[in-house]
Amino acid sequence: MLGRAAFFLLVLVIVAYTVFPFYWAIVASLKEGSALFTVEAWPSRPAWDNYLAVFREQPFGRNILNSVIVAGGVVALSLALGLSAAFALGRVQFRGRKMLLLVILGVSMFPQVAVLSGLFELIRALGLYNNLLGLTLSYLIFTLPFTVWVLTTFLREMPVELEEAAMMDGAGPFTVLTRIFLPLMGPAMATTGLLAFIAAWNEFLFALTFTLTDEMRTVPVAIALITGASSFELPWGRIMAASVIVTVPLILLVLVFQRRIVAGLTAGAVKG
Amino acid sequence: MQRARRRGAWLFLAPMLLVLAGIAGWPLGRTIFFSLTDARLDLLGDYGFIGLENYLWLARDPEWWAAVRNTLVFASISVSLETLLGIVIALVLNARMRGRGLLRAAMLIPWAIPTVVSAQMWGWMLHDQYGVINEMFLAVGLIAEPRAWTADYGTALAAIIAVDVWKTTPFMALLVLAALQLLPEELYEAAEIDGLGPVGRFFRITLPLIWPALMVAIIFRTLDALRVFDLMYVLTGNSRATASMSVYARQQLVDFQDVGYGSAAATGLFLVIAIVTALFLTFGRLRLGAEPGR
Repeated sequence: MLGRAAFFLLVLVIVAYTVFPFYWAIVASLKEGSALFTVEAWPSRPAWDNYLAVFREQPFGRNILNSVIVAGGVVALSLALGLSAAFALGRVQFRGRKMLLLVILGVSMFPQVAVLSGLFELIRALGLYNNLLGLTLSYLIFTLPFTVWVLTTFLREMPVELEEAAMMDGAGPFTVLTRIFLPLMGPAMATTGLLAFIAAWNEFLFALTFTLTDEMRTVPVAIALITGASSFELPWGRIMAASVIVTVPLILLVLVFQRRIVAGLTAGAVKG
Repeated sequence: MQRARRRGAWLFLAPMLLVLAGIAGWPLGRTIFFSLTDARLDLLGDYGFIGLENYLWLARDPEWWAAVRNTLVFASISVSLETLLGIVIALVLNARMRGRGLLRAAMLIPWAIPTVVSAQMWGWMLHDQYGVINEMFLAVGLIAEPRAWTADYGTALAAIIAVDVWKTTPFMALLVLAALQLLPEELYEAAEIDGLGPVGRFFRITLPLIWPALMVAIIFRTLDALRVFDLMYVLTGNSRATASMSVYARQQLVDFQDVGYGSAAATGLFLVIAIVTALFLTFGRLRLGAEPGR
């Protein structure tokens, strides 16, 4: 009985630990003026002012749109490129295949800062500085490797008879991929797409370095750069409101797709 | 037939390879090249070749060595804590109980939110005057007066490690949990017959069996921790007490416009990560190149 209670307490502590910072951000975001500076479990007079101020004081709506465009583009590109590459890596035996998989894994371990100056030069040469397309392309450096890796895993497990039957009917490889395998890849595509979306949505270093104007910022940069009248008076209420705004959709995504996310996270690691 | 198939395979690979070569291979090569020049950010095309001079400057810069130290301390302590806490949480989550799904979802929240957001949330909690951490610690008597956790030279790095542990322990816990759930039930029944206690069971059966998965998770987390940037940049800016190698390199590159020197620092980080990877692969007794799906 005592063990049971201790166990329950442990669970409670774990939940409190993981969720409390987010709860505290919500509390702060609902306070205005000097109420912010008193510690209380729930604001005595909750107010929405901070949420309105986030959109009034900076182009936060535009920032959200930018993040959605970039993350959406990254997902589409990684899935298209990744699926095509995974088809070759998962279904065909050719020399250099293992080597290639290793190199791709190696790219995912790159520190982003190691490509920063080279990428900066490239992006400026292509005229993509302060441009969402430049960000979208640069994000492929960390989404493509794991997309290829996970999709390869899934494609390998497809029965070979499926492919043979289609080839008998005279289908080319492209048809086999798009008509036979793609419809069966739904779960895998959803999982990798989701992980790529979250990674792109959260990215900070490239977004900070490759954009210049407030209108082109993505959400993380916008939140990091919120400042008040002076550097000593950060508008914490507004920062917390912005944080809550971008976190809520992510939490919903996680709650809906938690099984898929866990499957995707572990697909590479546990089997690796 | 087979040959046509192989030729076709390269056709399917080409787009991905071209993109990776363009955004990873080429820029990395340019960074290494720039590290041997005196290039500046405003005049990138106009540079002179200066050999290893940047690296000599780097080796003599105490700020760089502080950044190396910060990064290594950050990575080793935070990954160790995350692994320990992650295993404990995974063992708890592995017990059969109601609401396990909900608990697992709660664990994903810190992992899913942007690092910038978690840095800001903790920045507020750690605030020197109005932070709830000070309030709590004062209430239980851990500290006598409010502390400026992120500004104080002695506690800044610890504060950053605490935030990172909060954010990434769930990731670790979920990976360990996935490995735990693959373990066959019979093993434990046999252990019970042999009279192994819970602690014995963990060290004699569970740990050796989840070791490969754990090592992979640790490697990924370590490489991730070594390139840390967002947390420091948002919580403490370029402060020397916490600046990581990434923060240092970017500051040289962008803020001081010194592309040559910054690239040398970035290449240094790249080398550190390569060395750590090699060490892990040698001593972790791990085949990272194992085929996916096996």
